[in-house]
Amino acid sequence: MYEFDWSSIPGALPFLWDGMKISLVITLQAVVIGIVWGTILAMMRLSSIKTLSWFAAGYVNMFRAIPLVMVLLWFFLIVPRFVETLLDFPPGSDLRLSSAMMGFALFEAAYYSEIIRAGIQSVPKGQIAAASALGMNYAQAMRLVVLPQAFRNMVPLLLTQAIILFQDTSLVYVSALADFFGASYKVGDRDGRLVEMLLFAGAVYFVICFSASQLVKRLQKKYHPA
Amino acid sequence: MGYQWNWGVFLSPSASGDDTYLGWMFAGFKMTIALSLTAWVLALILGALVGVLRTVPNKTLAGIATAYVELFRNVPLLVQLFIWYFVLPELLPTSIGDAYKQSHPVMQQFLASMICLGLFTSARVAEQVRAGINSLPKGQKNAGLALGFTLPQTYRHVMLPMAFRLVVPPLTSEFLNIFKNSAVCSTIGLLELAAQGRQLVDYTAQPYESFIAVTLSYVLINVTVMTLMHKFERRIAVPGYIGGK
Repeated sequence: MYEFDWSSIPGALPFLWDGMKISLVITLQAVVIGIVWGTILAMMRLSSIKTLSWFAAGYVNMFRAIPLVMVLLWFFLIVPRFVETLLDFPPGSDLRLSSAMMGFALFEAAYYSEIIRAGIQSVPKGQIAAASALGMNYAQAMRLVVLPQAFRNMVPLLLTQAIILFQDTSLVYVSALADFFGASYKVGDRDGRLVEMLLFAGAVYFVICFSASQLVKRLQKKYHPA
Repeated sequence: MGYQWNWGVFLSPSASGDDTYLGWMFAGFKMTIALSLTAWVLALILGALVGVLRTVPNKTLAGIATAYVELFRNVPLLVQLFIWYFVLPELLPTSIGDAYKQSHPVMQQFLASMICLGLFTSARVAEQVRAGINSLPKGQKNAGLALGFTLPQTYRHVMLPMAFRLVVPPLTSEFLNIFKNSAVCSTIGLLELAAQGRQLVDYTAQPYESFIAVTLSYVLINVTVMTLMHKFERRIAVPGYIGGK
């Protein structure tokens, strides 16, 4: 029978906490970029200008057809090479990590844009009509009337997506970023205690994601009592 | 830019000598398909079972099913995969663990990947099945019971035939996801499509061609599955429901 030995965890906690901070930073950055860029994409998709709506549809469908692992590998291995030759970066500059983080955010924006598009479409048409009757132009109607209502409806979905995104950050493992999972793996590998470290990492993710999803459920009940 | 495009690289003999690089890619493609389909079967069976259990009146059974779903939904896929691959063999009784560790490495990677993807996806399938059952009008269950069916008979003859048909469209996106998620299994060394892509970059020194080809393969899988599922959805749609004709 396997003998557990959890003794490498306490000493590794500061290192693991550094990893967790990286995971949280990537999550936060991807959520912010994802929501901003996702909103722009959603508005393009719903726009009456064909070129814009085709571009947005192409972007979203493309990213949704490709595995996140592939996107991360693209942005880790290929894009930096391309950018460095194109912009003539000095040799030795390393774009790979920032590129991988960027790729992650661009990928998540495709998923956010679908949520936001549904949110915008859930606002009754009369709201836009009323706004233009009041003399607002399209941009004002969107900013002052439609989007505030849409976002209010979307809050639980956006948060749920953020939880999924937090879990997805573990995949930056393929780009050698030392996020929480990468840090746990390294410690386990170093001490020959992979079993304990992987179980510990799993438990930490579970506690965070489970509590967060329960909070979202509560919030949902408060906003939309069924 | 000084990059030399060379699409012919796929036809040149590979480093292993007995194959072309296109052959490598095709091997990865087959692995992705085999892994995703076997895991999908596992996910459907377990997901249907757990989804049904979540709706039964028995509190213990429903509680176990809920715990199952929460466990698999709140731990990242990559962590689950590493636990199946690195941790589980250590915790099994020594005889079984040793038998596993002595089996072919590819077999070990495939088994761990299949179980991991299957169980991960089954929790999502279960949620859809539960939603399908809960979306049925209450009268269906009551009518079944009033006719003298037992609860299992009501599920078997009245509720599930309806629920399984209603659940097909939302399951399509889970089916698409399992192909995409299978790329995660490249991290434990399983030579599926994404892993072959990485190998091609290293061996051919033609990174753009390699990655474009692999990415397009994923798009191809995605489009094919979507087209097939749309046909299937049309055939199976329940008349009178939105989406049914």
